[in-house]
Amino acid sequence: MMQAALATLEIRDESDAVDAICAANAKGVSCAIVGGGSKSQLGRCAPQTQALSTPALAGVTLYEPNELVLSARAGTRLSEIEALLENNGQQLAFEPMDYGPLLGAEAGYATIGGVIAANASGPRRIKAGAARDHLLGFRCVTGRGEQVKSGGRVMKNVTGYDLSKLVCGSYGTLALLTELTLKVLPKSETECTLLAIGADEAESLALLRRATATPCEPSSLAMLPAGVALALDADAAAIRLEGPTISVTARRDDLVARLSGGGVRFETLDERDSTTLWRGLRDAAPIAAQVGQVWRISVAPTEGFAVVERIRRAGVPLLAHFYDWAGGLIWLCVETTSDAYAAVVRAAVDVSGGHATLIRASQETRTIVDVFHPQPAALAALTRRVKESFDPAHILERGRMRAEF
Amino acid sequence: MTLLMPTPEPAIMSQRGELIARLGAILPSESLIVDEVSRRAYECDAFTMYRALPLVVALPGNVEQVRAIMALAAEMNVKVVPRGAGTSLSGGSMPLEDGILLGMSKFNRILEIDYENRCARVQPGVQNLAISKAVEAQGFYYAPDPSSQIACSIGGNVAENAGGVHCLKYGLTTNNILGLEVVLMGGDLIRLGGKHLDSEGYDLIGLMTGSEGLLGVVTEVVVRLLQKPPVARGLLLGFASVTAGARCVGAIIARGVIPAGLEMMDRATIHAVERFQPCGYPLDAEALVIVELDGTPAEVDHLVSVVQDIAREEGATTIRASTSEAERLQFWAGRKNAFPAVSCIAPDYLCMDGTIPRARLPEALAGMERLAKEQGLSVANVFHAGDGNLHPLILYDASKEGDVERAEKLGFDILRLCVSLGGVLTGEHGVGVEKRDLMGEMFSDVDLEQQMRLKCAFDPAGRLNPGKVFPTLHRCAEFGMMHVAGGKMPFPDLPRF
Repeated sequence: MMQAALATLEIRDESDAVDAICAANAKGVSCAIVGGGSKSQLGRCAPQTQALSTPALAGVTLYEPNELVLSARAGTRLSEIEALLENNGQQLAFEPMDYGPLLGAEAGYATIGGVIAANASGPRRIKAGAARDHLLGFRCVTGRGEQVKSGGRVMKNVTGYDLSKLVCGSYGTLALLTELTLKVLPKSETECTLLAIGADEAESLALLRRATATPCEPSSLAMLPAGVALALDADAAAIRLEGPTISVTARRDDLVARLSGGGVRFETLDERDSTTLWRGLRDAAPIAAQVGQVWRISVAPTEGFAVVERIRRAGVPLLAHFYDWAGGLIWLCVETTSDAYAAVVRAAVDVSGGHATLIRASQETRTIVDVFHPQPAALAALTRRVKESFDPAHILERGRMRAEF
Repeated sequence: MTLLMPTPEPAIMSQRGELIARLGAILPSESLIVDEVSRRAYECDAFTMYRALPLVVALPGNVEQVRAIMALAAEMNVKVVPRGAGTSLSGGSMPLEDGILLGMSKFNRILEIDYENRCARVQPGVQNLAISKAVEAQGFYYAPDPSSQIACSIGGNVAENAGGVHCLKYGLTTNNILGLEVVLMGGDLIRLGGKHLDSEGYDLIGLMTGSEGLLGVVTEVVVRLLQKPPVARGLLLGFASVTAGARCVGAIIARGVIPAGLEMMDRATIHAVERFQPCGYPLDAEALVIVELDGTPAEVDHLVSVVQDIAREEGATTIRASTSEAERLQFWAGRKNAFPAVSCIAPDYLCMDGTIPRARLPEALAGMERLAKEQGLSVANVFHAGDGNLHPLILYDASKEGDVERAEKLGFDILRLCVSLGGVLTGEHGVGVEKRDLMGEMFSDVDLEQQMRLKCAFDPAGRLNPGKVFPTLHRCAEFGMMHVAGGKMPFPDLPRF
């Protein structure tokens, strides 16, 4: 948003990307990679010299529904891909989050390249895997200006290093992705959500974990403190069930029988309401409207509540929060302060392991605070060597992930 | 055909005495194998075509020993080849004559089972199946199930990104691990992930998985545990042609059904299996498809009828659905026996492992038949049909002059065919030494150089499992990745194969 004045180069194909990155290497200037701009405020604030704009690098290049595979150029809108899949009864099972609304941009601008670069995965991640589990192969231009491919279009492939995993979540710091090949999956016939209302926060989380230990195959499990969603005035556990109608109904009934007791009451959201709920949770809607800084914290499911308690007890003013991934993913909105309470939040996480990412904060805060969880020395050194194996001169997204590159 | 491995370095060979003495200061004597007869036991893994006698075998029992060995190896500039259970089908843990063979078999403990977080923390030498056995009473299992699961170790599974018959629905190793502890060349220890999902920062767990022991030595693994589905049922479908069978597989997936297992075998394999241990497969079929559906009883019954309808529409000549657990296991018995059964119809066989886009299967089969004819050999086929992973078994007789060479040539030709059809060289067995020299069929020099640069980021001196995966050895300095101290190259004579 505040980077509008950046000199922009439009990337229409791989050779444009090679030219731009080679020229940037010659001049030593850094480049942002900008698709739809939905995540331009995500990451450390590290102004780049120029922007490489990818929306012209667009189009689905291969889609074979029976082979469960789709390839698209990196600048293709996610919404276009999702609409195409929807028409064929298929989906990206990892349920990519749209960061736009949370970060003050409009919804619907995310590109598939950005989705992969941020490893953006939604509530179904706990069952279906993350973006990184669905990228079969890709083409890119590295920070050295070289055209490189990895992986393929088949589901099973162990030929060479699995670079697909590496580029997922690399925030453009290794390479400019040009084309991505994804595993796509059938959409479920239907879905519903079972709400268990009335237990407190810790009990609701324990109930979610109990649900994961049943054979009922929940595909998403969230804990919603009173007031954050669905206009509920009590804490609730939300459990999504997907599949053929006959199975969803049977599993819901089974789950009610297994989880009954302890004074909880059950409600069921039908397909439409269920879809709406999880779409909102996917995009962190319950906290997006709050004015405050937002943390995204990933820990072991049993630790979620303890982490929030530690943060609360340390006196951090929490404005709103909720849990996804059966308690393992915490979305936390705190009152705005210059350092976003980073030290307290990270200390709370480090007790049992995990990471805390500062998703939403001002540019000033994202300049002085590590957006991504700090790493121990040996891992940090290795991370830097991996970065430099792709981009020795730190041309791409300089400083976006780590201050040192 | 001869496999060219890096020439043993005289500088290392001549330091063997010192190396053994210094390893002896790190390890108890029973963990160090020095004499030739005992070292012979380690001269190959399950890819037995090529063998080498390791310089010395070290069997560390704890992480500190691994770190000390890796530090010593870096200091003395000695190569290290990590080894799990030695079941690699591509020679991933084939020793080097001038290298330490680092056996991880003493790392055989399950450290923690955490049902609430649905994961287990295990040492790398634990057998794959032992994890599922340890948690089955609580209704859990570990999903990846390579056919070697009674022997293979989880550390080796990580190194090779092992698959299995259930990976269409449940994924490969890479989709089922949450954390790794790794010792790097030089002895640094890093921890990646843990019990949480999707660690931010570069996904080094994903990179380590399937890196074939070239990047680091895994000393601990956190695996995901899944709830066992309450019911599984099998279907046995016979077809008058492999093409018809392949079409049916496509139709099942097109209908939105993702079976837990979806396997196919051709006539040669069906007959071999029935001769080996009869399990009721239809002998008149040209192709047999085994489908497994799992989930809740209502769902499974529903899906079984959907698949039966599809099979009927696709002209199946045999349609049987299991009505008991015993019958389901019987459907699988033949498939599980396929490899030993084939070894009864020919003195030797070579198992290949290409993957192709599923729709290209008829072309792949026609091509394989033509290529086999050119070599005067025959091929029996077993497929993980759901994901296009082919296991052509090339039948040959090693005692016949020229048969080994013909079999290898045919294997290479088949893999080239897979690549030309949009597929890949290896779906689950790994590149190792077996397919190393074919990497150029799939990757450009630039692609491979980027992969080798990553190798340099982990192992700048190129001491960890060199000679595997990449068809050429480079000095990292060539890639601008290594700081050359005082103009002195550590290894002036790196070969190119």
